Amino acid sequence: MNEAKTIKTGQAAEVWRRLKRNRAAIVGGIIVTLFVLIALFAPVLAPYPPNEGDLTKRLNPPSGEYLLGTDSLGRDQLSRVIYGARISLQIQVVAVAIALVIGTLLGMVGGYYGGKLDNIIMRIMDILLAFPGIFLAISIIAVLGPGLTNLMLAAGIYSVPQFARIVRGSVISLKEKEFVEAARAVGENDLNILFRYLLPNSMAPIIVQTTLRMATVLLTASGLSFLGLGVQPPTPEWGAMLSNARAYLITAPHVATVPGLAIMFVVMGFNLFGDGLRDSLDPRLRD
Amino acid sequence: MSRYILKRLLMLLPVLLGVSLISFSLLHMVPGDPAVLLAGEQADEEFIKRVRSEYGLDRPLYTQYFQFISHVVRGDFGVSIRNREPVIKLLRERFVFTIQLSFLSILIAGFIGLIAGVISATKQYSLFDNLSMVGALFGISMPIFWLGLLLMLFFSVQLRWFPAGGKGTLLHLILPAIALGAASSAVIARMTRASMLEVIRQDYIRTARANGLREFIVTYKHALKNAMIPVITVFGLEFGYMLGGAVLTETVFSLPGVGRLMVEGIFQRDYPVVQGSMLLVATTFVVVNLLTDIAYAFFDPRIRYE
Repeated sequence: MNEAKTIKTGQAAEVWRRLKRNRAAIVGGIIVTLFVLIALFAPVLAPYPPNEGDLTKRLNPPSGEYLLGTDSLGRDQLSRVIYGARISLQIQVVAVAIALVIGTLLGMVGGYYGGKLDNIIMRIMDILLAFPGIFLAISIIAVLGPGLTNLMLAAGIYSVPQFARIVRGSVISLKEKEFVEAARAVGENDLNILFRYLLPNSMAPIIVQTTLRMATVLLTASGLSFLGLGVQPPTPEWGAMLSNARAYLITAPHVATVPGLAIMFVVMGFNLFGDGLRDSLDPRLRD
Repeated sequence: MSRYILKRLLMLLPVLLGVSLISFSLLHMVPGDPAVLLAGEQADEEFIKRVRSEYGLDRPLYTQYFQFISHVVRGDFGVSIRNREPVIKLLRERFVFTIQLSFLSILIAGFIGLIAGVISATKQYSLFDNLSMVGALFGISMPIFWLGLLLMLFFSVQLRWFPAGGKGTLLHLILPAIALGAASSAVIARMTRASMLEVIRQDYIRTARANGLREFIVTYKHALKNAMIPVITVFGLEFGYMLGGAVLTETVFSLPGVGRLMVEGIFQRDYPVVQGSMLLVATTFVVVNLLTDIAYAFFDPRIRYE
C-alpha cells in the first residue's frame, strides 16, 4: 500500500514538474485562478450592485466613477462583468459536473460490459452527436424552455457524449490489462473493478476533458444567452450582456467590448491550462 | 470501398431514426396539449378539434410517429403555426442561405488555415509560426457572436467597407463568413501544422530531399499531399459544425438562415418549424460526416479495413 502511494506521489510530482515548465499552461492556470477568485469574491470586488442603475447615467463611457462605463440602464459595467464571472462559473461547474457524472458512468458501463449494452449506449451518443455543436443545446432548450437551470442542463447533456466516448475508450484499453485480470482473479466484483481499478486509471483523460470542456461550455452557454435562450435579464450574464449591447453598438461600443473580452480570456485560460495538463499527464501526445 | 460505404450507410439508419424520434417527441415533451400547441393559443375549440384529428393526435403515439415519418420522407413537415405556410417552403428558403454562408466560411477558413499551417510547419518556431499559433488560440477562444459584433463595428460602422446586415450580395456574406470561420481556420491551421510536422520527419521526405528535389517540390508535392489526409476530416467536421454555429452569426448580422428560423420558432412556440429545422440540420450534419468519412477512407485505404 505504501509503495503504491509513493508511486502515485512520484507521478503527481512529475506531472507538476512538467506543468510548471509549460509557460502556456502557467498563463492558463493564472487566468483560471483569477477567474475563480473574481467569481468567489464578487460581492467584495464589485464597486456597485450589479442590477441597480442610475438612469441619468446611461451608456456613459469609462471614467473615474465607472471604470468600464455604464450600460443602457446606467448600471456599472465593471460590477456586472464581475458578477457575470459568478454566473459563468456556476453554469460551467454544474454543466460539466452533469456531463462528467453521466458521461463517465455510461462510458465505463459500455466499455466494460461491451456487447449490446455498449452498442445501445454508443448509438444514443451518436444520436446526440448528430446535432452540430450548439445546435444540440438549442434543441434541448426547445424542449425544456429558456432559463438558467435549463441552460445548465442543456449545456451538460450537450457534453455527455464527449465524456462517454473518452472514458469508454480508456476502459476498453485497460480492462484486459494484468492488474484488472489480477483483481478479477482475487474475486473483486464488477463494481469494485470499475470504481477502484478502472476509474482511477482513467483519470488523466477525464481531468483533461473536464478542463477543456469548461471552455466549450462557457462558449455554448454564453451563446445561448446571447440568443435569448439562456440566462434572462437582468441577471448579469456575459452572453446576455452582449445581446443587450448589440442595440448600442454605434453609440456605446464599450458596452460590447468588456463582456466579450471576459468570455474570450476565460475560454483561453481553460484551453491553455487543459492543453498543458494533457501534455504533462501524457508527454507522448506532445507534437 | 463499396462495402465500407454500405456499412457506413447502415450505421446511419439508427442515428437518423433517433434524430427523427427526438424531433417527433418535441411536441409531446413540452408542457401543454399538442393539439392546442399546433392550433395556436388563440384557436377556437372547433379548430383545435380539427387539428387533433388531422394530425392524428387522438391516436396512439407509435401511430403518430409513423404518420410523422411518412409525411417527413415525402417532404411534408407540416404547416407553420405562425404564418400558416408549409414548413418545407420556409426551410428551403432559409437552408439555402445557411449552406451558402457555411460554404463561403469553410472556403475562407480553409484558405487561411492551410496557408498558416503549412508555413508554420515548414518554419517551426519562427516568428510567423509563433504569431499564427497565438492567432489560432484567439480564434478558438473568441465567441462567434462577439467576433461578429467586433467585425461589424470596425468594418461596417467605422470603415463602412461592408454592409452591417441584410442579404443580397456576396458583400453581405463576407463578414458573417469570417466570424463563423475564425474558429475553424484556427483548428485547420493547428491540424495542418501538426500533420505537416509529422510528415516532414518521415524517411521518404528525407529521401526526396537527398535526391536533390527542390524544397518547394518536397513541401508542396510530397509532404502536403500526405499531410492533407487527416486535414480532410477536419474540413468535413468543421463544415458540419458551421451549420450549428451559423445560428449565432445569423443572429448578429440579422441574416435569414435556418438556425435563426429555429430560434424564432422556439420563441414563437412554432413547433412544426422547430421540428423541421432540427431534422434538416441534424440530417445534413450526419450526411456531411458520412461523406467526410468516405473521403477519408478513399484517401487512406487503411481506414476501410478497420
